[in-house]
Amino acid sequence: MTWTPDQPIVSLKDVHKSFGTVEVLRGVSIDVMKGEVICIIGPSGSGKSTLIRCINALNDIQKGSITVEGLEVNDAKLDKLALRKKVGMVFQQYNLFPHKTALQNVMMAPIKVLRQNRAEVEQRARGLIAKVRLEGKEAAYPGELSGGQQQRVAIARSLAMNPDVMLFDEVTAALDPETVKEVLTTIKDLAAEGMTCILVTHEMGFAREIADCVYFTDRGVIVESGPPATFFDKAQDPRTQQFLSQIL
Amino acid sequence: MSMIRQDAKAPGHLAVLHPMRLHASALPLAERMFNLWTFTALILALAAFLIAPAFAQDATPDDRSIVAILLEWTPTLAGGFAFNVLISILSMAIGTVLGVILGVLQVSPISPIRSIAWLITQFFRNSPWLVLLFYCILLIPFQIEIGDTTIPFPGWIKATIGLSLPVMAYMSEYMRGAILSIPTGQWESAESLGFSRRQIMVNVILPQTVKRVLPSWMNLYAVLTMATPLVSIIGISDVMTLTRAALSAEGRVDLLIPMYLYILCWFFIYCYPISAATRRFERRFAVNT
Amino acid sequence: MELANTLIDWLRPDWFLNLVVFSDNYYRDRYLAGLVTTIQLSVLSIFFSLIVGIIGAAVQGAPSRTLRVLVGAFVAFFRNTPPLVQLYFFFFAIGTVLRITGENGLPQPLVSNFGWAVIALSLFAGALNTEIFRAGIEAVPRSTVEAAEALGYTRLQIYREIVLPLAIRISLPALGTNLVNLVKTTTLAYAIAVPELLYVSAQIWSEDLNVREMMNVLLVSYVGLVAVLVWVLHRWEKALRIPGYGE
Repeated sequence: MTWTPDQPIVSLKDVHKSFGTVEVLRGVSIDVMKGEVICIIGPSGSGKSTLIRCINALNDIQKGSITVEGLEVNDAKLDKLALRKKVGMVFQQYNLFPHKTALQNVMMAPIKVLRQNRAEVEQRARGLIAKVRLEGKEAAYPGELSGGQQQRVAIARSLAMNPDVMLFDEVTAALDPETVKEVLTTIKDLAAEGMTCILVTHEMGFAREIADCVYFTDRGVIVESGPPATFFDKAQDPRTQQFLSQIL
Repeated sequence: MSMIRQDAKAPGHLAVLHPMRLHASALPLAERMFNLWTFTALILALAAFLIAPAFAQDATPDDRSIVAILLEWTPTLAGGFAFNVLISILSMAIGTVLGVILGVLQVSPISPIRSIAWLITQFFRNSPWLVLLFYCILLIPFQIEIGDTTIPFPGWIKATIGLSLPVMAYMSEYMRGAILSIPTGQWESAESLGFSRRQIMVNVILPQTVKRVLPSWMNLYAVLTMATPLVSIIGISDVMTLTRAALSAEGRVDLLIPMYLYILCWFFIYCYPISAATRRFERRFAVNT
Repeated sequence: MELANTLIDWLRPDWFLNLVVFSDNYYRDRYLAGLVTTIQLSVLSIFFSLIVGIIGAAVQGAPSRTLRVLVGAFVAFFRNTPPLVQLYFFFFAIGTVLRITGENGLPQPLVSNFGWAVIALSLFAGALNTEIFRAGIEAVPRSTVEAAEALGYTRLQIYREIVLPLAIRISLPALGTNLVNLVKTTTLAYAIAVPELLYVSAQIWSEDLNVREMMNVLLVSYVGLVAVLVWVLHRWEKALRIPGYGE
């Protein structure tokens, strides 16, 4: 199924996911257009991380469908490589490869997975590291970098694969407040350039600033959604109101 | 046995409130026996017992000193010892390669492969090394023919293979533990970047296991080196065979203890640095997650 | 190839019944006698090695530096030299010298080859146990020991009542591995003609020329022995388990 820009780039329809007998996602439907930035917020255990991992086929789903740029993610015969070329993911724990330098971390995947020319990849990688404002740290090992710096290298690493969609799974939750800002600035720049971003986050101020649409999940379903202006100020559902009153 | 002093009768003078003082008479008999002098005396007696025969007057006309005899035999024994070291290095190499493969198979997502790999590992882990050596020396054919080429298997090669089997089993266990100790985040982020499972294992996981496995690997080499004299039992000529031949050639009773001590020292000098280095690496490579 | 044939043999039920060790009384008795000897060797060595380990670990905590160095030397010696050479040293070197005049006037060894095997294995495994127990003892929190000191316990009492029970529980996994290795190491006694399982099997296969059969029976027997020991250790560990400790 070929995708055209008038269709949603990421589409989830009635997604159900269980871990054993525990149902974590109970019918989630989301449509994301190209260039949109959406934020998913909600209490712990509401299924937000699971949701975003399902989009990237790190978890499988029991019912429903997930489509990314025309690819059926829930298809058993899915070509995972094709999916991973389109979708980039950044994790809460950065997960950089500790035995490689920052530059090598960024360069590894395009060379080994996309089999691109080494010199080209190196040039692009240096550009990406400069873009996330870590010029001069190319030869540093992850152990020598701060949490915020590692997270930015992780973002550069995902960008090196030239994805069309970027997923962020609570990427600032493990950082000190001072370093949170530098990571958020990087994401803001990405969004401004037109990258489709799906963020799971606790940073309400950031969501309000950059999101085109905010989704609130609770116990496996989308309770409410809407543009930030209406969502944060004029929440309809009592659960949303309760959650927002606890956070804000 | 009371520690309360005779004058401690008033309240507030309980023993627990005083700093603890161990009077010699307060110690029970066993502890008194364990003191420095008796132990030193024991050690000196043992040393005298071991060394005395070296000075004993024997009935042979040969009056070469023990040390001279040992030095005379040293070149031959050194050759034998070098052979032991060679076997240990080859066994370690073969066992390590096979063990890494087996360890990776033990974490395979395919259940039958995992089970078979586990079975093989447990089987060779729980078998005595000497029995495995007998197995190999008796049951491996003396040569196999593949197509036009004939590969000969001399005795010492069979012994080397026999020793590499338990090494393979232990390495498999170490690798399995090391692979499982790597955070799952590494697997996930590599998977998200599009790496295949094989690529993840080779480029991300296995390089990180090297540091974790190194101390156990070095210890395994020391254990293997100390197991190489076993090949003398199955008829391979190594340093032990040569030692016993030398002893029977000389035929002197007072040579027995010194010569065996001599060989023990050689192994000690070779293996002790490895143990010490292992301990150092264990501390340095303590994984801080 | 022989090894492939061996694997196929295991799949044939009638092959088991034809094993000489089961079918022939004479061979069966000899095999069982060998098994009993191996079990005796194992049990005695385990017992004495535990005693050596406990004493060694105790002395390694002694105030006197000389004592600590001596025990350290003992452990280093037995850990870094081959157990087979240690066995030969005891049996051939010391054993030959240690003779007493027997009744008929000829010199006889004071200790039999079985005895030397037990001594050598006990000292070897005992040295390893010393390290294991020492690690377990040092894992007992210093504050617990201080509390006992404050209550007036002597050093020996602290060791026996407080430290040892806790240290044994902490050391159990490593100790179990060592004891399993000890059972496997009893095969070394073959080299000094102790009629244990391997020795008896070698006699049988040299008479009956059924090497492959005997090898398989032998391997299964040892795996079985080890499995029994592991089960015993598991039960012991369960019996010693303190609820809520070390969770």
